[in-house]
Amino acid sequence: MKIPLLLALLASLLSMASNAQTKVDAENGKHLFVKDGCYECHGYAGQGGAAGARIADIGLNAQGLIRYVRAPAGQMPAYKAKVISDQQLTDIWAFLQTLPKAKSPKDIPLLNDLEK
Amino acid sequence: MARSKKISVDRRGFLKGAAAGAAALVAKPEAAKAQQAQEAAEVRRPAPLPGAKQTAAETSPPPHVDVYTTDRPGSDFMVDVLKTLNFDYIFANPGSSFRGLQESFTNYGGNKDPQWITCCHEESSVGMAHGYYKISGKPICIMAHGTVGLQHASMAIYNAYADRVPVYIILGNILDGRWRRGDVEWTHSVQDAASMVRDYTKWDDSPVSLGQFAESAIRAYKIATTPPMEPVVLVADAVLQEEPVAAEDRGKLYIPKLVMSQPPAGDYGAVREAAKMLVNADAPVIIAGRVARTPAAIPLLVELAEMLQAPIIDRHFRMNFPTSNPLYGSGSVSSADVVLGLEVPDMWYMTHSQTPINRMGMESKPITKPGAKVITIFAGDLFSKSNYQDFGRYDDVDLSIAADAEATLPMLIDECRRLITSERKSVIQARAAKYAETHRRNRERDIQQAAWAWDASPVSTARVSAELWNQVKNEDWSLVSDVTFFSNWPLRLWDFDKPYHFIGGHGAYGVGYGAPAAVGAALANKAHGRLSVNIQCDGDLNYAPGVLWTAAHHRIPLLNIMHNNRAYHQEMMYLEDMAARAQRPVDKAQIGTAITDPNINYQLMAKAYGMYSEGPIDNPNDVGTAIKRAIEVVKKGEPAMIDVVTEPR
Repeated sequence: MKIPLLLALLASLLSMASNAQTKVDAENGKHLFVKDGCYECHGYAGQGGAAGARIADIGLNAQGLIRYVRAPAGQMPAYKAKVISDQQLTDIWAFLQTLPKAKSPKDIPLLNDLEK
Repeated sequence: MARSKKISVDRRGFLKGAAAGAAALVAKPEAAKAQQAQEAAEVRRPAPLPGAKQTAAETSPPPHVDVYTTDRPGSDFMVDVLKTLNFDYIFANPGSSFRGLQESFTNYGGNKDPQWITCCHEESSVGMAHGYYKISGKPICIMAHGTVGLQHASMAIYNAYADRVPVYIILGNILDGRWRRGDVEWTHSVQDAASMVRDYTKWDDSPVSLGQFAESAIRAYKIATTPPMEPVVLVADAVLQEEPVAAEDRGKLYIPKLVMSQPPAGDYGAVREAAKMLVNADAPVIIAGRVARTPAAIPLLVELAEMLQAPIIDRHFRMNFPTSNPLYGSGSVSSADVVLGLEVPDMWYMTHSQTPINRMGMESKPITKPGAKVITIFAGDLFSKSNYQDFGRYDDVDLSIAADAEATLPMLIDECRRLITSERKSVIQARAAKYAETHRRNRERDIQQAAWAWDASPVSTARVSAELWNQVKNEDWSLVSDVTFFSNWPLRLWDFDKPYHFIGGHGAYGVGYGAPAAVGAALANKAHGRLSVNIQCDGDLNYAPGVLWTAAHHRIPLLNIMHNNRAYHQEMMYLEDMAARAQRPVDKAQIGTAITDPNINYQLMAKAYGMYSEGPIDNPNDVGTAIKRAIEVVKKGEPAMIDVVTEPR
């Protein structure tokens, strides 16, 4: 009985370790988003700007984000795993999921009243 | 000979004594009381009468001393010369090497036409002249020391040079060493003053007589204002300024008449060839660089674009084309079969792309379609210098016309009109619907994009732009700042159609241009009662913020909106790029680029310079009302500033 118990415990520990590795931490993602300067091109709200595309609410999953960051198109530099890990990018992805979507322009009077 | 002991209290000694006395009063009240009693007794004691020697010294005629006065310094004649050039203002930070000229302008010249404007930095003087020209179309005379003043001014001169803006620069200098008053004037003198900026000015001279000064002054103006327009330098020697004009010479001095050169239009044969290519094209595109020298260029460009149904790609160096026109921004180089570049200094970059991979080798490829033809009309081809590289990469275009684009447009329009048959006209006009739809979609996309981060803090640049537009759209407004670092939001949301609606950018991207250019442009707008709006980058303002005082002192109406994003973000992004490439931590990019800890309070800065100000505002809902209050101040003829904490771009 002792051996099966030990194996069960080991399996449980391995499972916890595995979960810890894939645990998504949006708060850490927010911290990294600012610390590593993602906001520089993409804006604090991920809204994009002249220097970078919008990255809020674009329907990309975590793996898609990681793939893009490793080999981006256009002006964005490639961020290799040595610079930012898959786990960190996953956290950033989780943070991006927390960002509010844009209001409809129809609900913003100033954007409905641009004509003179 | 025994010297009498000098008993006097200079100001520093007086203040020192007063401070010590005050401290004593605080520390030792009893001792202070005793001292006061003694002083009171001394006051009551009668002062001794002056002795015979002192009386004689103060009442006898003085011994002979040399005094030097003149009723007609050379600088008066220089003023006569410069007044013929019809400058509105002189922008200057004071300098002893042009003290003669300054005195003549303010007394002899009456400080009118031109009026002296006090600047706190020579870079501000030139930047203001840069902005003033872009609104008024008139060069400004700036004055500076030939040495330290020009050193301060040099970056702004390079900006004006790269932006094809004429600035009339007068440098004070004391060429003759025997005239220099001590070491300050030796260190402020130079053999060849203009040499420092000769690489990025069009012409200079150092006249050694008043007659030559007159001729060179007129010539300098003519050269500066002939396309391609550039800054020029005229050195005003201090001896010429300060020495009198001999009575017998006064009648001989002559001021030549200014005869402006006609801007060079393109060769007729070449223009006809260009017209053929454009008329027969299926998808022509026009790239507008520094096309609009004058307001007349805008309707000409509209006429050409509409006649050809050729979309405009505007580089936003000038107010070239109305943003509401369906052809504005509705085409691309990659879909064109003929590309016409009008005063485009970076044409190669408009027709090629560079891969971000292997940037050391800078791999590049054309973005034009195979077989597409490229035509340029560019006054820059008429004037080049070699050291500074603002001429850009060599363009192996198909037809290069070395001429002023605005001067060439009427001929090109006439030729196109002549070549367009009724059949061709139908084909051309059939393109209109497609471009109108593209323009509508672009507009819709921009509005959708502006809605993102609408309620976020820091405030989004789109939100600030929309709030501003809401307040100014029914005014006679003028945007007197570049908006590249504002994601170009005003150009995407506002309706630009008048020549003074936009002044373009720096020229050479020399940061520090923004604030003075805005003040200069606002001064030019003041005469027309326009509401000048400046979106002011924080890094830019910190180079020479004294220009805020100039705006306040001279009552220059200007609404400043601080783009307070607290970093040199372009450089921060470059550092992130470098770190990512080297596979090292990117978070160090903030070292040397962030402007935080402490955050700069621009509201207090503006207030210190005597300007109405509000902020820092980080709640987007507070921006609109603050702008409204500031506009009320500006409408009364004063500058104002709203400090908004903003997104990076």
